[in-house]
Amino acid sequence: MTLLHSFLDRAIAATPDKTAVVSMGRHHTYREVGEMADAIAVALQGQGVQRGDRVAILLDNTIEAVAAMFGILRMGGVFMVVNPQTKQDKLTYVLENSGAAALVTISNFRAAWHGAVLAVETCRTVLVANADADTEEQGRRFLSLAKIFAAPHVAPAPSGVIDYDLASLIYTSGSTGRPKGVMLSHLNMFTAANSIAQYLELKSDDRILCALPLAFDYGLYQVILAFNVGATVVLERSFAFPVKVLELMVKEKVTVFPGIPTIFTMILNLETLGSYDLSALRTITNTAMALPVTQIADLRKAFPHVRLYSMYGLTECKRVSYLPPEQLDIRPTSVGKGMPNEEVWLVDENGNRLPNGSTGELVIRGSNVMRGYWKAPELTAEKLKPGPLPGEVILYSGDIFRTDEDGWLYFVGRRDDLIKSRGQRVSPREIEDTLYRHPAVLEAAVIGVPDPLFGQAIKAFVSLRPGQPVTPKQIQLHCRELLEDHMVPREVVILDSLPKTESGKIRKTGLADLATAQA
Amino acid sequence: MSDIKQELRAYIAENFIVSATASLTDEASLLDSGVVDSTGFIELISFLEEHFGIQVKDEEMVPENLDSIANLEAYVKRKRG
Repeated sequence: MTLLHSFLDRAIAATPDKTAVVSMGRHHTYREVGEMADAIAVALQGQGVQRGDRVAILLDNTIEAVAAMFGILRMGGVFMVVNPQTKQDKLTYVLENSGAAALVTISNFRAAWHGAVLAVETCRTVLVANADADTEEQGRRFLSLAKIFAAPHVAPAPSGVIDYDLASLIYTSGSTGRPKGVMLSHLNMFTAANSIAQYLELKSDDRILCALPLAFDYGLYQVILAFNVGATVVLERSFAFPVKVLELMVKEKVTVFPGIPTIFTMILNLETLGSYDLSALRTITNTAMALPVTQIADLRKAFPHVRLYSMYGLTECKRVSYLPPEQLDIRPTSVGKGMPNEEVWLVDENGNRLPNGSTGELVIRGSNVMRGYWKAPELTAEKLKPGPLPGEVILYSGDIFRTDEDGWLYFVGRRDDLIKSRGQRVSPREIEDTLYRHPAVLEAAVIGVPDPLFGQAIKAFVSLRPGQPVTPKQIQLHCRELLEDHMVPREVVILDSLPKTESGKIRKTGLADLATAQA
Repeated sequence: MSDIKQELRAYIAENFIVSATASLTDEASLLDSGVVDSTGFIELISFLEEHFGIQVKDEEMVPENLDSIANLEAYVKRKRG
């Protein structure tokens, strides 16, 4: 069986009483997660949600989010985990664009979801954590999740879902501005999880930390990987309080610690790091941003007993490559080779395969490659192009790599101008569009500037309409009201006018120079 | 309202989400209410150190000290002695 939720079924059959999820200090067994998932599946079916319908999840990293994922899968739906910091405006876009039939969320986030749900015609059902009673408003039903969980256990009706169906839509920043939904089938995610679990050598006695947001596929897969091998996933909402994360790791004897360089920097900077007993830890993984060589050394020194994996991936195919830990000292700047059951190579501008020792765009071939972007055939055609076999497609990553003589991959740069901040791809266009919505802003341009903690920090340049005095701080606040925090410019610079090309377009290279000169 | 509390509120209103700050109670978690995110706390700590002249130690970077206006006020008072 190659359905994504077969991981849960398998774990329930093998170890029903084993802890599947640790959330807010509570341990939940596989059986319990299965029952919670069923309760959500039955509730959604009861509201007329059908196989193939999209259901959004707006929750922190909690047991409810995990139960919702598997509940949606069990009724044949397509789950979409949305960053809990998402504001009303963007949530409305995601619900509208996906045509979501339902939302699973919590009363605390009402400011973001209430207006969004009422604005989106298709979204008729909301399952609400932290709400005591069911309510109704403008044809929408708001059902208490606590009541749903409290009802006697009933299995959902068979959904008829097959592995060709979509399991998830993951919204990710694109160069065109608005985020786009990466369509992932059951087979895509099932295959990716199997390959990753295999090379990380995950086992059922692992306890995997997940403090990265579930809306970020790197976070989401910690849950999927744990379920894949019948292990335990330890959820934490964020790395806001590094000390709390370390205490949790000690308490729960975490064995796998997935992070990004920003997080490793925060942890390595703690003077008290040595006082935490992390002897259970055996694996640290890094992706989304390259590990600086100095940080590799620091991590090695702090955790000499740990296997350190340097990896590279794209939401469009989950993971691309990994560097076996024993290679890290030999080629520290490489992100390795393609993962098991996947083929990767470099191509020139005409799509011809390049030999080892070349520089070119990385392409990916495998069952993990997405089915395309939701309702965006043109964008899909730019990324998925014909592959070696008749009728198949391969993924064009948009990332330029070089290979050495032995085929090890080294990241060179991106073909588009996406910014990578805190490990997440950020579209300058989306931020610029937001800046233009401020009444005082005449021109706007956004670039990424090197930053020791974030990889790249977001820097905005604006010019103002005459007679509209605003401060950089006010513009930042405007962005905060509309964007998730990782997209808010860290610095806003007001200029009389922005540098232009001869054809009158804003010239970003000039801005980068300006940023460097000021620094 | 104490001076510390007022200064904290002013800083949060100025640097984080204004609309969410208005209805923020002293006891509400800044993280839960979506006012401050993980990197926001790094900024908040710099503010505490600069503005109140205290030094925030690693082990003090915990929600009990930082994750509400009331907790922040109590923490600043304690640190100042």
